[in-house]
Amino acid sequence: MSAPLEHLPALAVVVPLMTAPVIVALRRPWAAWLLACGVSWASLFFSVLLLLQVLESGPFSYLMGGWAAPWGIEYRVDQLDAFVLAIVSAIASVVSVYSRKSVEAEIDSERHYLFYAMFVLCLCGLLGMAITGDAFNLFVFLEISSLSTYVLVGMGRDRRALTASLRYLILGTVGATFYVIGIGLAYMMTGTLNMADLAQRLPAMAHTSTVRAALAFLVVGIGLKMAAFPLHAWLPNAYTHAPSAAAALLAGTATKVSVYVFLRIVLGVFGATGLLTALPITQVLMVLALAAMFVCSAVAIWQPDLKRALAYSSVAQIGYILLGIAFLSETGLAAGIVHLFNHAVMKSALFLALGAVALRVGSTRIDAIRGIGRKMPLTMAAVLVAGLSLIGVPLTVGFVSKWYLVEAALTGGMWPVAVLILASSLLAVAYVWRIVEAAWMAPPGPELAHIREAPTAMVLSTWVLAGASVWFGLDATQTMGVARLAAQTLLQGVAP
Amino acid sequence: MEVPGLFNYWMAIILMMAGLYTVIARGNLVKKLVGLGVFQISVFVLYITMGKIKDGTAPILPAGPVDGVVFSNPLPHVLILTAIVVGIATTALGLALVVRIHEAFGTIEEDDIQDIEENEA
Repeated sequence: MSAPLEHLPALAVVVPLMTAPVIVALRRPWAAWLLACGVSWASLFFSVLLLLQVLESGPFSYLMGGWAAPWGIEYRVDQLDAFVLAIVSAIASVVSVYSRKSVEAEIDSERHYLFYAMFVLCLCGLLGMAITGDAFNLFVFLEISSLSTYVLVGMGRDRRALTASLRYLILGTVGATFYVIGIGLAYMMTGTLNMADLAQRLPAMAHTSTVRAALAFLVVGIGLKMAAFPLHAWLPNAYTHAPSAAAALLAGTATKVSVYVFLRIVLGVFGATGLLTALPITQVLMVLALAAMFVCSAVAIWQPDLKRALAYSSVAQIGYILLGIAFLSETGLAAGIVHLFNHAVMKSALFLALGAVALRVGSTRIDAIRGIGRKMPLTMAAVLVAGLSLIGVPLTVGFVSKWYLVEAALTGGMWPVAVLILASSLLAVAYVWRIVEAAWMAPPGPELAHIREAPTAMVLSTWVLAGASVWFGLDATQTMGVARLAAQTLLQGVAP
Repeated sequence: MEVPGLFNYWMAIILMMAGLYTVIARGNLVKKLVGLGVFQISVFVLYITMGKIKDGTAPILPAGPVDGVVFSNPLPHVLILTAIVVGIATTALGLALVVRIHEAFGTIEEDDIQDIEENEA
C-alpha cells in the first residue's frame, strides 16, 4: 500500500480539524464556503476509500502516532465504522454545496466564516467518533462535535435559537458527562480504555455492581445524545430554530453517530458480559422505541411549524432504529443499521427542501406554504418523494428498512410488534399528507405571487438526496449488504 | 494525613447530586451553568481518586533504585486534564449564550423566557 493511503483513517479526521482554524484565519465568506465544501468532499473521498478497503480486505486498525494499542490510541475501521463515515461525509458534502445561498440569507455576512468553521469542526467530531477505537478519545470527539453543534444551532435567525442552543448545551453536557462517568467506572475495573481491550476484560468483572453502574450511565448518557425517547427534549427546538443548512446536517448525522456509539459501546464493548440479556435492557429499549414511534409521530401531526414536525418525526425514526437493535438478531440489527443510512438520506432531503422554502417564503409554517407546490414544483416534489420514503412506500428506502424490521419481528416470534410497526406508519401517512395537501391541493394565495423556484444548487442538492432515497430503495443490495456484514461483526462479540 | 475509606467517592457522589439538582431545579440560567460545572467537577474528583494508589508517589523516575517504589497512576490525571479543557469550553460557550439571551430577552430566568416564547408562538 502506498504511504498516503496508509494514513487514510487519520487523514479523514485531521484534515477537517486543521481546516477549521484556516477558515477562521481567512474570514472571507466565499473562501470559507469553498474550503468547507472541499473538505467535506475530501472526507467523502477518504470515507469511500476506507469503505472499499474494509469490504475488500476486512476490518483493520490504525495506530495513532505508531503507539501500540491498548496504550496508544487505536483507530479501528470495520464495516460499521466505514458505513457511518460514508453516511456522515456524504450528507455533509451535499449540505455544504447547498449551504451557500441558505447561509447568505439566514446569517450576517461577517459571521459566515464562523458558520463554516463550525460546520467543518462538527464534521471532524462526527467522523472522529465513528472511527476511533478508544473510549475516551470518543468522548473528546463527542465534545468537539457537540460544542460546534451548539454554536451552529445558536446562529439561527430567531432569538429562540439561543434558548434552544443553551438547552441543548445543558442536556448534551449532562449526557456527555454521564458517558465519562460510565467509561471511568469501566476503566476502574479493567485499567484500559481501548474498546477491544475493554470488551475482552469486562466479562470477568460482569458480576460487580461497578460494571453494572457503568453500563447504566453509558446507556442513559448516550441515550441523551441520540435523543432516545423520552430523553429527546432538546431536539425539537434545536432543529426548528437552527439555520436550515445546519438543521439538515444535524438531522442526517448527529443522532445517527450517537446511535453508532450506542451500538459500539453497549453491544460491542458490553456485549460479551452477558449483561444485555441478564438485565432487561432490550425489553426496556423495545418499549421505549415503540413509545417513540407512536407518541412522537402523533405529536408531529399537530405541529404548525413543519421543521418542528420533522424534528419530532426524527425522534420517532430513532425509535425504529432502536427497535431493530432491541431484537438483538442479525436481521433486526441490519435493519437498524441500514435505517441509519435511509433515514439520514430522506430526513436531510426534507430539511434541505424546507430550507429552500424558508429562503423563498421566509417561513416554514404550514399556513404560510399553502399552494407552494405550484410555485416551487421541483422542491416540493422532492418533499413528496422523501415523504413517501418516510412513510415506507415500496420502491423507497423507507420501505426497505420497514420490510426488514417486520421480518426481524416475525422471525423473533413477536408478531404484535410487527403489527405496531405497520400501524405507526399510518401516523407517518398523516403528517406527510398534511404537508402534501397544503403544498399541492390548495391554490397559491396572493402573498405567494412573487415566489420563484429555489436556486439551482439548492434544488440539485435536495434532489441528490431525494433521488438517493429512491435509488437505494429500488436496489438495496449494496446498503443492506454492508449493514448485514456490520451486524454480523457486531453480533460476534455479543454473548447469547 | 490518611483519608478514611471511601471518603473521596462519597464526596464525588455528593457533588454530582448537588450539581445535577442545581441544573434541574434552578430557573436562573447562570445558576444552572454553575450546577453543570459542579456536576462536571465531581467527575474530575472521581477520576483522580481512582488514580491514587496507597503510598503511591508521583510517577517520576527517582534518582535511586526503583525497586519497591509504588507509583500512582498518571493516566486518569491526563484524561481529566482533557476533560477540564472541555469543561472550560462548555462553560464559556454556555455563559456566552446566556449573555446573548439576556440581550435578546431582557431576562435570564427560565420561566420568564418560556412565557415570552409562548406568547410569540
